[in-house]
Amino acid sequence: MQINSVEIEDTFAEAFKMYGSRVIITAINERWAMTAAQVVTGFATSIIGCGCEAGIGGLLSPEQTPDRRPGVLVLFFTMSKKDMEKHLLLRLGQCVMTSPTSACYNDLNADTRVKVGGKLRYFGDGFQSSKLLEERRLWRVPVMDGEFVIEESFGVKPAIGGGNFLILSDSQPNALAAAEAAVDAIVGVPGVIMPFPGGIVRSGSKVGSRYKGQFVSTNTAYCPTIRQQVDSALPEGVNAVLEIVIDGLDEGAVREATRVGIYAACRSGVLRISAGNYGGKLGQYHFHLHEILDGS
Amino acid sequence: MGCVSCAGSMNDSADETDEIILRLRAPSTIPIEADSITPDLFAERKQSEIEKLPAFYGRREVVLGDLFAVEGERSDRIVVQGDLGHVKKIGQGMRRGRIDVHSDIGPHLGAHMRGGEITVRGNAGDWAGAHMAGGRIRIHGNAGHHVGAGYPGEKKGVNRGVIIVEGNAGSRIGAVMRRGLIVVTGNAGEFAGANMIAGSIFVFGHLGKRAGAGMKRGSIVAFGTCEPLLPTYRFESVSQPVFLRIFLHRLQEWGVPVAPEMSQGLFRRYSGDITALGKGEILIHDSHE
Repeated sequence: MQINSVEIEDTFAEAFKMYGSRVIITAINERWAMTAAQVVTGFATSIIGCGCEAGIGGLLSPEQTPDRRPGVLVLFFTMSKKDMEKHLLLRLGQCVMTSPTSACYNDLNADTRVKVGGKLRYFGDGFQSSKLLEERRLWRVPVMDGEFVIEESFGVKPAIGGGNFLILSDSQPNALAAAEAAVDAIVGVPGVIMPFPGGIVRSGSKVGSRYKGQFVSTNTAYCPTIRQQVDSALPEGVNAVLEIVIDGLDEGAVREATRVGIYAACRSGVLRISAGNYGGKLGQYHFHLHEILDGS
Repeated sequence: MGCVSCAGSMNDSADETDEIILRLRAPSTIPIEADSITPDLFAERKQSEIEKLPAFYGRREVVLGDLFAVEGERSDRIVVQGDLGHVKKIGQGMRRGRIDVHSDIGPHLGAHMRGGEITVRGNAGDWAGAHMAGGRIRIHGNAGHHVGAGYPGEKKGVNRGVIIVEGNAGSRIGAVMRRGLIVVTGNAGEFAGANMIAGSIFVFGHLGKRAGAGMKRGSIVAFGTCEPLLPTYRFESVSQPVFLRIFLHRLQEWGVPVAPEMSQGLFRRYSGDITALGKGEILIHDSHE
Protein backbone atom coordinates (compact mmCIF):
# COMPACT_ATOMS: atom_id res chain seq x y z
CA MET A 1 0.00 0.00 0.00
CA GLN A 2 1.19 3.51 -0.72
CA ILE A 3 -0.13 6.96 0.06
CA ASN A 4 1.42 9.84 -1.88
CA SER A 5 4.28 7.51 -2.87
CA VAL A 6 4.98 6.66 0.77
CA GLU A 7 5.06 2.96 1.60
CA ILE A 8 2.70 1.88 4.35
CA GLU A 9 4.17 -1.14 6.04
CA ASP A 10 1.81 -4.02 6.58
CA THR A 11 2.11 -4.04 10.33
CA PHE A 12 0.20 -3.05 13.43
CA ALA A 13 0.48 -0.84 16.44
CA GLU A 14 0.12 -2.64 19.74
CA ALA A 15 -1.75 -0.68 22.39
CA PHE A 16 -2.81 -1.24 25.95
CA LYS A 17 -5.85 -1.06 28.11
CA MET A 18 -5.67 2.00 30.32
CA TYR A 19 -8.13 4.20 32.14
CA GLY A 20 -9.13 7.61 30.92
CA SER A 21 -10.67 10.70 32.40
CA ARG A 22 -11.71 13.96 30.82
CA VAL A 23 -11.75 17.27 32.65
CA ILE A 24 -12.83 20.79 31.77
CA ILE A 25 -10.72 23.59 33.18
CA THR A 26 -12.14 27.09 32.99
CA ALA A 27 -10.79 30.48 33.98
CA ILE A 28 -11.50 34.15 33.59
CA ASN A 29 -9.97 34.12 30.12
CA GLU A 30 -8.32 31.78 27.64
CA ARG A 31 -4.83 32.66 28.79
CA TRP A 32 -5.39 31.41 32.30
CA ALA A 33 -7.43 28.39 31.31
CA MET A 34 -4.57 27.38 29.02
CA THR A 35 -1.97 28.09 31.68
CA ALA A 36 -3.67 25.74 34.11
CA ALA A 37 -4.14 23.14 31.37
CA GLN A 38 -0.51 23.24 30.31
CA VAL A 39 0.76 22.93 33.83
CA VAL A 40 -1.62 20.14 34.83
CA THR A 41 -0.59 18.08 31.80
CA GLY A 42 3.12 18.67 32.37
CA PHE A 43 5.47 15.78 33.09
CA ALA A 44 2.91 13.31 31.79
CA THR A 45 4.48 11.91 28.65
CA SER A 46 4.72 8.27 29.59
CA ILE A 47 3.33 5.92 32.18
CA ILE A 48 6.78 4.43 32.53
CA GLY A 49 8.44 7.38 34.19
CA CYS A 50 5.58 9.77 34.92
CA GLY A 51 2.84 7.44 36.12
CA CYS A 52 0.29 9.27 34.04
CA GLU A 53 -0.14 10.40 30.45
CA ALA A 54 -2.01 13.59 29.82
CA GLY A 55 -2.65 16.15 27.19
CA ILE A 56 -4.86 18.95 26.03
CA GLY A 57 -7.92 17.83 24.14
CA GLY A 58 -8.94 21.20 22.81
CA LEU A 59 -10.08 24.72 23.53
CA LEU A 60 -13.64 25.33 24.60
CA SER A 61 -15.68 28.43 23.99
CA PRO A 62 -17.70 29.84 26.91
CA GLU A 63 -20.84 28.29 25.43
CA GLN A 64 -19.29 24.85 25.85
CA THR A 65 -18.35 25.03 29.51
CA PRO A 66 -20.50 24.58 32.62
CA ASP A 67 -19.80 28.06 33.97
CA ARG A 68 -19.81 29.79 30.60
CA ARG A 69 -16.20 30.95 30.83
CA PRO A 70 -13.40 30.09 28.40
CA GLY A 71 -12.13 26.56 28.96
CA VAL A 72 -9.75 23.84 27.96
CA LEU A 73 -10.46 20.13 27.73
CA VAL A 74 -7.81 17.93 29.29
CA LEU A 75 -7.51 14.15 29.17
CA PHE A 76 -5.65 11.88 31.55
CA PHE A 77 -4.65 8.25 31.15
CA THR A 78 -3.38 5.88 33.80
CA MET A 79 -2.89 2.16 34.22
CA SER A 80 -5.50 1.79 36.96
CA LYS A 81 -8.48 3.56 38.48
CA LYS A 82 -6.55 3.93 41.70
CA ASP A 83 -3.72 5.64 39.86
CA MET A 84 -6.21 7.92 38.19
CA GLU A 85 -7.61 9.01 41.52
CA LYS A 86 -4.12 9.64 42.84
CA HIS A 87 -3.00 11.63 39.82
CA LEU A 88 -6.16 13.68 39.51
CA LEU A 89 -5.93 14.59 43.17
CA LEU A 90 -2.31 15.61 42.88
CA ARG A 91 -2.52 17.38 39.56
CA LEU A 92 -5.81 19.20 40.00
CA GLY A 93 -4.81 20.17 43.49
CA GLN A 94 -1.29 21.36 42.73
CA CYS A 95 -1.72 22.69 39.22
CA VAL A 96 -5.33 23.80 38.75
CA MET A 97 -6.37 24.93 42.19
CA THR A 98 -3.24 27.06 42.38
CA SER A 99 -3.90 28.74 39.05
CA PRO A 100 -5.64 32.14 39.15
CA THR A 101 -9.43 32.17 38.61
CA SER A 102 -9.55 28.47 37.71
CA ALA A 103 -12.44 26.04 38.12
CA CYS A 104 -12.61 22.38 37.25
CA TYR A 105 -15.40 20.06 36.10
CA ASN A 106 -15.90 16.47 35.09
CA ASP A 107 -16.61 15.89 31.43
CA LEU A 108 -16.93 12.12 31.28
CA ASN A 109 -20.12 10.15 31.80
CA ALA A 110 -18.86 6.96 33.41
CA ASP A 111 -20.12 4.35 35.82
CA THR A 112 -16.96 4.66 37.87
CA ARG A 113 -16.17 7.92 39.56
CA VAL A 114 -13.26 8.93 41.71
CA LYS A 115 -13.57 11.46 44.46
CA VAL A 116 -11.36 14.45 43.83
CA GLY A 117 -13.18 17.63 44.76
CA GLY A 118 -14.63 15.69 47.64
CA LYS A 119 -11.08 15.35 48.98
CA LEU A 120 -9.60 18.65 47.91
CA ARG A 121 -12.41 20.41 49.75
CA TYR A 122 -10.54 19.94 53.02
CA PHE A 123 -8.09 22.56 51.85
CA GLY A 124 -10.90 24.95 52.75
CA ASP A 125 -10.17 24.26 56.42
CA GLY A 126 -13.83 24.04 57.34
CA PHE A 127 -14.88 27.10 55.36
CA GLN A 128 -15.61 25.18 52.18
CA SER A 129 -19.20 24.75 51.05
CA SER A 130 -21.01 22.43 48.73
CA LYS A 131 -23.61 23.13 46.09
CA LEU A 132 -25.84 20.45 44.63
CA LEU A 133 -27.56 21.16 41.33
CA GLU A 134 -29.66 18.18 40.33
CA GLU A 135 -27.11 15.39 40.67
CA ARG A 136 -23.99 17.47 40.17
CA ARG A 137 -22.17 18.31 43.38
CA LEU A 138 -19.70 21.13 43.38
CA TRP A 139 -17.31 22.22 46.08
CA ARG A 140 -16.48 25.87 46.70
CA VAL A 141 -13.14 26.23 48.40
CA PRO A 142 -12.25 29.69 49.71
CA VAL A 143 -8.92 30.83 48.29
CA MET A 144 -7.14 34.14 48.13
CA ASP A 145 -8.60 35.33 44.84
CA GLY A 146 -12.15 34.27 45.75
CA GLU A 147 -13.27 30.68 45.40
CA PHE A 148 -12.01 27.57 43.69
CA VAL A 149 -14.93 25.57 42.31
CA ILE A 150 -14.38 21.88 41.63
CA GLU A 151 -16.68 19.00 41.01
CA GLU A 152 -16.98 16.39 43.76
CA SER A 153 -16.05 13.43 41.60
CA PHE A 154 -14.75 12.66 38.13
CA GLY A 155 -15.64 9.88 35.73
CA VAL A 156 -13.12 7.18 34.84
CA LYS A 157 -13.57 4.65 32.06
CA PRO A 158 -11.54 1.99 30.28
CA ALA A 159 -9.46 3.57 27.55
CA ILE A 160 -6.53 2.85 25.28
CA GLY A 161 -2.95 3.96 25.45
CA GLY A 162 -0.04 3.48 23.12
CA GLY A 163 -1.62 3.66 19.71
CA ASN A 164 1.26 4.72 17.45
CA PHE A 165 2.86 5.05 14.06
CA LEU A 166 6.42 5.69 12.98
CA ILE A 167 7.47 8.17 10.31
CA LEU A 168 10.63 7.05 8.49
CA SER A 169 12.16 9.94 6.64
CA ASP A 170 15.22 10.87 4.65
CA SER A 171 16.21 13.67 7.02
CA GLN A 172 15.49 15.05 10.45
CA PRO A 173 13.84 18.25 9.14
CA ASN A 174 11.59 16.24 6.81
CA ALA A 175 10.70 13.81 9.56
CA LEU A 176 9.79 16.70 11.81
CA ALA A 177 7.73 18.47 9.16
CA ALA A 178 5.76 15.29 8.51
CA ALA A 179 5.26 14.65 12.22
CA GLU A 180 4.07 18.21 12.77
CA ALA A 181 1.57 17.81 9.97
CA ALA A 182 0.35 14.58 11.57
CA VAL A 183 -0.05 16.24 14.96
CA ASP A 184 -1.96 19.15 13.44
CA ALA A 185 -4.37 16.71 11.82
CA ILE A 186 -4.85 14.59 14.93
CA VAL A 187 -5.53 17.58 17.18
CA GLY A 188 -8.99 17.85 15.66
CA VAL A 189 -9.99 14.28 16.59
CA PRO A 190 -12.14 14.21 19.74
CA GLY A 191 -11.22 11.90 22.58
CA VAL A 192 -7.50 11.55 21.91
CA ILE A 193 -4.27 13.08 23.09
CA MET A 194 -0.67 12.74 22.05
CA PRO A 195 1.17 12.83 25.37
CA PHE A 196 4.72 13.42 24.20
CA PRO A 197 6.28 16.88 23.69
CA GLY A 198 4.35 18.60 20.90
CA GLY A 199 2.74 15.23 20.25
CA ILE A 200 5.95 13.70 18.94
CA VAL A 201 8.45 11.31 20.46
CA ARG A 202 11.98 11.12 19.13
CA SER A 203 13.32 8.58 21.60
CA GLY A 204 11.04 5.64 21.03
CA SER A 205 11.82 2.67 23.24
CA LYS A 206 11.97 -1.09 23.19
CA VAL A 207 11.39 -3.56 26.00
CA GLY A 208 14.58 -4.82 27.56
CA SER A 209 18.17 -3.66 27.91
CA ARG A 210 21.65 -5.06 28.22
CA TYR A 211 21.78 -3.42 31.64
CA LYS A 212 20.44 -5.26 34.61
CA GLY A 213 17.51 -3.54 36.20
CA GLN A 214 16.71 -1.38 33.17
CA PHE A 215 13.42 -2.37 31.62
CA VAL A 216 13.44 -0.26 28.49
CA SER A 217 16.06 1.11 26.20
CA THR A 218 16.38 2.99 22.95
CA ASN A 219 14.59 1.49 19.96
CA THR A 220 17.76 0.31 18.30
CA ALA A 221 16.00 -1.12 15.26
CA TYR A 222 14.93 2.41 14.31
CA CYS A 223 18.11 4.30 15.19
CA PRO A 224 19.78 5.34 11.93
CA THR A 225 23.24 6.06 13.32
CA ILE A 226 23.81 2.45 14.40
CA ARG A 227 21.98 0.61 11.61
CA GLN A 228 24.98 -1.50 10.71
CA GLN A 229 25.50 -2.62 14.30
CA VAL A 230 22.00 -3.84 15.10
CA ASP A 231 19.16 -5.77 13.54
CA SER A 232 17.83 -2.67 11.81
CA ALA A 233 14.30 -2.15 10.50
CA LEU A 234 15.33 0.83 8.44
CA PRO A 235 15.30 0.72 4.67
CA GLU A 236 17.99 2.45 2.69
CA GLY A 237 17.65 6.19 2.59
CA VAL A 238 16.11 6.65 6.01
CA ASN A 239 18.08 9.01 8.19
CA ALA A 240 15.53 9.98 10.84
CA VAL A 241 12.48 8.47 12.47
CA LEU A 242 9.84 10.12 14.62
CA GLU A 243 6.92 8.48 16.38
CA ILE A 244 3.41 9.68 17.13
CA VAL A 245 1.86 8.07 20.19
CA ILE A 246 -1.90 8.27 20.63
CA ASP A 247 -4.00 7.69 23.73
CA GLY A 248 -7.74 7.62 23.29
CA LEU A 249 -10.97 7.16 25.19
CA ASP A 250 -12.09 4.43 22.78
CA GLU A 251 -10.91 2.36 19.83
CA GLY A 252 -12.72 4.43 17.28
CA ALA A 253 -10.96 7.58 18.38
CA VAL A 254 -7.52 5.94 18.22
CA ARG A 255 -8.25 4.51 14.79
CA GLU A 256 -9.43 7.82 13.43
CA ALA A 257 -6.44 9.67 14.87
CA THR A 258 -4.10 7.10 13.33
CA ARG A 259 -5.82 7.41 10.00
CA VAL A 260 -5.77 11.18 9.71
CA GLY A 261 -2.27 11.37 11.16
CA ILE A 262 -0.78 8.94 8.66
CA TYR A 263 -2.45 10.65 5.75
CA ALA A 264 -1.05 13.99 6.83
CA ALA A 265 2.42 12.53 7.35
CA CYS A 266 2.66 11.02 3.88
CA ARG A 267 4.53 13.79 2.14
CA SER A 268 7.78 14.55 0.43
CA GLY A 269 10.81 13.25 2.28
CA VAL A 270 8.94 10.42 3.99
CA LEU A 271 9.85 6.95 2.78
CA ARG A 272 7.77 4.66 4.92
CA ILE A 273 5.13 4.58 7.66
CA SER A 274 5.46 1.80 10.19
CA ALA A 275 4.19 1.05 13.70
CA GLY A 276 5.52 -0.31 16.96
CA ASN A 277 4.44 -3.59 18.51
CA TYR A 278 5.68 -6.41 20.71
CA GLY A 279 4.75 -9.24 18.40
CA GLY A 280 1.18 -8.96 19.61
CA LYS A 281 2.09 -10.58 22.90
CA LEU A 282 1.59 -7.74 25.35
CA GLY A 283 -1.07 -5.31 24.27
CA GLN A 284 -4.82 -5.88 24.24
CA TYR A 285 -5.36 -3.78 21.11
CA HIS A 286 -3.86 -4.19 17.65
CA PHE A 287 -4.33 -1.39 15.17
CA HIS A 288 -3.46 -2.71 11.73
CA LEU A 289 -2.36 0.12 9.49
CA HIS A 290 -3.68 -1.28 6.25
CA GLU A 291 -7.05 -2.04 7.77
CA ILE A 292 -7.33 1.48 9.16
CA LEU A 293 -6.32 3.10 5.92
CA ASP A 294 -8.15 0.76 3.59
CA GLY A 295 -11.52 2.33 4.11
CA SER A 296 -10.25 5.88 3.57
CA MET B 1 -20.71 19.50 29.44
CA GLY B 2 -20.50 16.99 32.15
CA CYS B 3 -23.01 14.53 33.40
CA VAL B 4 -25.90 16.59 34.61
CA SER B 5 -28.93 14.49 34.94
CA CYS B 6 -32.20 15.52 36.41
CA ALA B 7 -33.02 13.84 39.70
CA GLY B 8 -36.38 12.11 39.40
CA SER B 9 -36.57 13.07 35.79
CA MET B 10 -39.84 12.83 33.99
CA ASN B 11 -40.85 9.55 32.46
CA ASP B 12 -41.03 10.63 28.87
CA SER B 13 -42.00 7.26 27.51
CA ALA B 14 -45.77 7.99 27.56
CA ASP B 15 -47.30 9.81 24.64
CA GLU B 16 -48.95 13.24 25.14
CA THR B 17 -52.24 11.62 24.14
CA ASP B 18 -51.94 9.24 27.11
CA GLU B 19 -52.68 11.92 29.67
CA ILE B 20 -55.28 11.38 32.35
CA ILE B 21 -57.55 14.41 32.66
CA LEU B 22 -59.31 15.27 35.90
CA ARG B 23 -61.96 17.98 35.83
CA LEU B 24 -63.38 19.24 39.11
CA ARG B 25 -67.10 18.65 38.87
CA ALA B 26 -68.12 21.74 40.82
CA PRO B 27 -66.24 24.61 42.43
CA SER B 28 -66.20 24.49 46.21
CA THR B 29 -65.13 26.50 49.20
CA ILE B 30 -64.95 23.33 51.26
CA PRO B 31 -61.35 22.12 51.39
CA ILE B 32 -60.68 19.05 49.31
CA GLU B 33 -57.77 16.77 50.17
CA ALA B 34 -56.61 15.03 47.03
CA ASP B 35 -53.28 13.46 47.90
CA SER B 36 -54.16 10.42 45.85
CA ILE B 37 -53.73 12.51 42.71
CA THR B 38 -50.21 11.38 41.96
CA PRO B 39 -48.70 9.75 38.87
CA ASP B 40 -47.48 6.88 41.03
CA LEU B 41 -51.03 5.86 41.89
CA PHE B 42 -52.45 6.53 38.43
CA ALA B 43 -49.77 4.91 36.28
CA GLU B 44 -51.00 1.31 36.53
CA ARG B 45 -54.70 1.89 37.22
CA LYS B 46 -57.72 1.72 35.00
CA GLN B 47 -60.11 4.66 34.94
CA SER B 48 -62.60 2.90 37.20
CA GLU B 49 -59.85 2.23 39.72
CA ILE B 50 -58.69 5.83 39.64
CA GLU B 51 -62.23 7.02 40.31
CA LYS B 52 -62.28 4.89 43.46
CA LEU B 53 -59.12 6.35 44.97
CA PRO B 54 -59.80 8.06 48.30
CA ALA B 55 -60.19 11.78 48.87
CA PHE B 56 -61.62 14.05 51.54
CA TYR B 57 -64.33 16.62 51.07
CA GLY B 58 -64.07 18.62 54.24
CA ARG B 59 -64.07 15.94 56.91
CA ARG B 60 -66.05 13.50 54.85
CA GLU B 61 -64.21 10.65 53.15
CA VAL B 62 -65.19 10.30 49.52
CA VAL B 63 -63.65 8.96 46.32
CA LEU B 64 -62.02 10.92 43.52
CA GLY B 65 -64.82 10.12 41.13
CA ASP B 66 -67.25 11.99 43.39
CA LEU B 67 -65.26 15.18 42.96
CA PHE B 68 -63.61 14.88 39.57
CA ALA B 69 -64.65 13.66 36.15
CA VAL B 70 -61.87 11.30 35.17
CA GLU B 71 -60.88 10.68 31.58
CA GLY B 72 -58.06 8.32 30.72
CA GLU B 73 -56.12 5.59 32.48
CA ARG B 74 -52.76 3.96 33.02
CA SER B 75 -50.60 7.00 32.57
CA ASP B 76 -48.16 8.94 34.67
CA ARG B 77 -49.11 12.21 33.03
CA ILE B 78 -52.01 13.97 34.71
CA VAL B 79 -53.86 17.16 33.81
CA VAL B 80 -56.06 18.73 36.48
CA GLN B 81 -58.65 21.35 35.56
CA GLY B 82 -61.26 23.40 37.32
CA ASP B 83 -61.49 25.87 40.20
CA LEU B 84 -58.84 24.20 42.37
CA GLY B 85 -58.06 26.95 44.86
CA HIS B 86 -59.36 24.77 47.73
CA VAL B 87 -57.85 21.53 46.53
CA LYS B 88 -54.82 20.57 48.52
CA LYS B 89 -52.02 18.02 48.57
CA ILE B 90 -52.04 17.31 44.86
CA GLY B 91 -48.83 15.49 43.96
CA GLN B 92 -47.99 14.76 47.56
CA GLY B 93 -45.18 12.21 47.79
CA MET B 94 -44.98 11.61 44.05
CA ARG B 95 -41.86 10.01 42.65
CA ARG B 96 -42.35 10.09 38.91
CA GLY B 97 -44.39 11.46 36.09
CA ARG B 98 -45.98 14.78 35.55
CA ILE B 99 -48.90 16.82 36.82
CA ASP B 100 -50.12 19.83 34.89
CA VAL B 101 -52.54 22.06 36.81
CA HIS B 102 -54.49 24.37 34.54
CA SER B 103 -55.57 26.89 37.16
CA ASP B 104 -54.80 28.11 40.66
CA ILE B 105 -54.14 25.36 43.17
CA GLY B 106 -54.55 25.02 46.88
CA PRO B 107 -51.96 24.40 49.57
CA HIS B 108 -49.44 21.63 50.09
CA LEU B 109 -48.87 21.13 46.39
CA GLY B 110 -46.17 18.49 45.87
CA ALA B 111 -45.41 18.18 49.55
CA HIS B 112 -42.88 15.43 50.19
CA MET B 113 -42.46 14.77 46.48
CA ARG B 114 -39.44 12.73 45.46
CA GLY B 115 -39.43 13.06 41.72
CA GLY B 116 -41.35 14.02 38.62
CA GLU B 117 -42.59 17.43 37.69
CA ILE B 118 -45.54 19.62 38.59
CA THR B 119 -46.54 22.69 36.62
CA VAL B 120 -49.17 25.16 37.80
CA ARG B 121 -50.55 27.58 35.28
CA GLY B 122 -51.85 29.87 37.96
CA ASN B 123 -51.14 30.65 41.61
CA ALA B 124 -50.37 28.14 44.31
CA GLY B 125 -51.36 28.17 47.92
CA ASP B 126 -49.19 27.90 50.99
CA TRP B 127 -46.67 25.14 51.60
CA ALA B 128 -45.96 24.37 47.95
CA GLY B 129 -43.13 21.85 47.84
CA ALA B 130 -42.94 21.42 51.59
CA HIS B 131 -40.37 18.78 52.49
CA MET B 132 -39.64 18.15 48.84
CA ALA B 133 -36.83 15.64 48.18
CA GLY B 134 -36.60 15.63 44.41
CA GLY B 135 -38.25 16.61 41.18
CA ARG B 136 -39.35 20.01 40.03
CA ILE B 137 -42.29 22.33 40.73
CA ARG B 138 -42.95 25.25 38.47
CA ILE B 139 -45.58 27.83 39.40
CA HIS B 140 -46.36 30.31 36.67
CA GLY B 141 -48.14 32.69 39.00
CA ASN B 142 -47.64 33.60 42.63
CA ALA B 143 -47.11 31.25 45.53
CA GLY B 144 -48.23 31.57 49.08
CA HIS B 145 -46.22 31.36 52.24
CA HIS B 146 -43.83 28.60 53.26
CA VAL B 147 -42.77 27.60 49.75
CA GLY B 148 -40.27 24.77 50.09
CA ALA B 149 -40.38 25.02 53.85
CA GLY B 150 -40.45 22.50 56.65
CA TYR B 151 -43.63 22.00 58.64
CA PRO B 152 -43.79 23.44 62.18
CA GLY B 153 -41.72 21.44 64.59
CA GLU B 154 -39.59 19.84 61.89
CA LYS B 155 -35.86 20.44 62.05
CA LYS B 156 -35.16 19.76 58.39
CA GLY B 157 -37.18 20.69 55.34
CA VAL B 158 -36.61 20.43 51.62
CA ASN B 159 -33.83 17.98 50.83
CA ARG B 160 -33.51 18.12 47.02
CA GLY B 161 -35.41 19.29 44.01
CA VAL B 162 -36.16 22.61 42.39
CA ILE B 163 -39.07 25.01 42.93
CA ILE B 164 -39.53 27.87 40.49
CA VAL B 165 -42.08 30.59 41.24
CA GLU B 166 -42.54 32.93 38.34
CA GLY B 167 -44.45 35.47 40.38
CA ASN B 168 -44.15 36.53 43.99
CA ALA B 169 -43.81 34.28 46.97
CA GLY B 170 -44.90 34.84 50.52
CA SER B 171 -42.93 34.63 53.71
CA ARG B 172 -40.63 31.96 55.06
CA ILE B 173 -39.69 30.42 51.74
CA GLY B 174 -37.12 27.69 52.23
CA ALA B 175 -37.39 27.65 56.00
CA VAL B 176 -35.20 24.87 57.46
CA MET B 177 -34.17 23.91 53.94
CA ARG B 178 -31.48 21.22 53.84
CA ARG B 179 -30.68 21.09 50.10
CA GLY B 180 -32.24 22.05 46.82
CA LEU B 181 -33.01 25.20 44.93
CA ILE B 182 -35.85 27.69 45.19
CA VAL B 183 -36.15 30.42 42.58
CA VAL B 184 -38.56 33.34 42.82
CA THR B 185 -38.56 35.62 39.84
CA GLY B 186 -40.76 38.14 41.65
CA ASN B 187 -40.62 39.29 45.26
CA ALA B 188 -40.15 37.15 48.33
CA GLY B 189 -41.69 37.94 51.67
CA GLU B 190 -39.95 38.15 54.98
CA PHE B 191 -37.92 35.47 56.67
CA ALA B 192 -36.75 33.86 53.44
CA GLY B 193 -34.39 31.02 54.33
CA ALA B 194 -35.22 31.15 58.02
CA ASN B 195 -33.13 28.60 59.91
CA MET B 196 -31.80 27.34 56.60
CA ILE B 197 -29.37 24.44 56.85
CA ALA B 198 -28.08 24.51 53.26
CA GLY B 199 -29.31 24.84 49.70
CA SER B 200 -29.92 27.89 47.57
CA ILE B 201 -32.63 30.50 47.29
CA PHE B 202 -32.59 32.94 44.39
CA VAL B 203 -34.85 36.00 44.41
CA PHE B 204 -34.95 38.17 41.33
CA GLY B 205 -37.41 40.73 42.64
CA HIS B 206 -37.35 42.24 46.10
CA LEU B 207 -36.03 40.20 49.00
CA GLY B 208 -38.03 40.83 52.12
CA LYS B 209 -36.95 41.59 55.65
CA ARG B 210 -35.07 39.29 57.96
CA ALA B 211 -33.80 37.05 55.19
CA GLY B 212 -31.58 34.27 56.49
CA ALA B 213 -32.62 34.59 60.10
CA GLY B 214 -30.98 31.73 61.95
CA MET B 215 -29.29 30.41 58.80
CA LYS B 216 -26.55 27.83 59.35
CA ARG B 217 -25.27 27.33 55.81
CA GLY B 218 -26.63 27.87 52.33
CA SER B 219 -26.98 30.74 49.95
CA ILE B 220 -29.61 33.40 49.51
CA VAL B 221 -29.00 35.40 46.38
CA ALA B 222 -30.72 38.73 45.82
CA PHE B 223 -30.57 39.67 42.18
CA GLY B 224 -32.90 42.61 42.65
CA THR B 225 -33.42 44.86 45.62
CA CYS B 226 -33.52 43.85 49.24
CA GLU B 227 -34.34 45.12 52.67
CA PRO B 228 -31.44 45.93 55.00
CA LEU B 229 -29.98 42.70 56.31
CA LEU B 230 -30.09 41.54 59.89
CA PRO B 231 -27.31 42.96 62.05
CA THR B 232 -26.06 39.39 62.51
CA TYR B 233 -24.74 39.39 58.97
CA ARG B 234 -21.27 40.70 58.19
CA PHE B 235 -19.93 42.05 54.95
CA GLU B 236 -17.13 39.89 53.51
CA SER B 237 -16.20 40.87 49.99
CA VAL B 238 -17.24 41.79 46.49
CA SER B 239 -16.77 39.13 43.85
CA GLN B 240 -18.18 37.30 40.87
CA PRO B 241 -19.08 33.84 42.21
CA VAL B 242 -18.38 31.16 39.63
CA PHE B 243 -20.97 28.73 40.98
CA LEU B 244 -23.73 31.24 40.26
CA ARG B 245 -22.91 31.14 36.55
CA ILE B 246 -23.59 27.40 36.50
CA PHE B 247 -26.90 27.76 38.27
CA LEU B 248 -28.02 30.68 36.14
CA HIS B 249 -27.21 28.85 32.96
CA ARG B 250 -29.35 25.96 34.11
CA LEU B 251 -32.19 28.34 34.90
CA GLN B 252 -31.95 29.71 31.39
CA GLU B 253 -32.20 26.18 30.03
CA TRP B 254 -35.38 25.78 32.06
CA GLY B 255 -36.80 28.91 30.50
CA VAL B 256 -36.34 31.27 33.45
CA PRO B 257 -35.36 34.66 32.05
CA VAL B 258 -31.91 35.64 33.31
CA ALA B 259 -30.38 38.91 32.19
CA PRO B 260 -26.73 38.58 31.04
CA GLU B 261 -25.55 41.09 33.66
CA MET B 262 -26.72 38.70 36.36
CA SER B 263 -24.23 35.99 35.51
CA GLN B 264 -21.41 38.41 34.89
CA GLY B 265 -22.14 40.89 37.63
CA LEU B 266 -20.45 41.49 40.94
CA PHE B 267 -22.04 40.43 44.21
CA ARG B 268 -21.53 41.66 47.72
CA ARG B 269 -21.15 38.72 50.06
CA TYR B 270 -22.46 38.77 53.60
CA SER B 271 -21.89 35.84 55.92
CA GLY B 272 -24.14 34.85 58.79
CA ASP B 273 -26.28 34.26 60.72
CA ILE B 274 -23.83 34.52 63.58
CA THR B 275 -26.57 33.57 66.03
CA ALA B 276 -26.45 30.14 64.36
CA LEU B 277 -23.46 28.43 62.71
CA GLY B 278 -22.80 31.53 60.64
CA LYS B 279 -21.53 29.80 57.51
CA GLY B 280 -24.41 30.88 55.36
CA GLU B 281 -24.21 33.68 52.87
CA ILE B 282 -26.38 36.33 51.38
CA LEU B 283 -25.17 37.52 48.00
CA ILE B 284 -26.53 40.83 46.79
CA HIS B 285 -26.11 41.93 43.22
CA ASP B 286 -23.92 44.97 43.46
CA SER B 287 -25.83 47.38 41.27
CA HIS B 288 -28.77 47.36 43.64
CA GLU B 289 -27.01 48.13 46.93
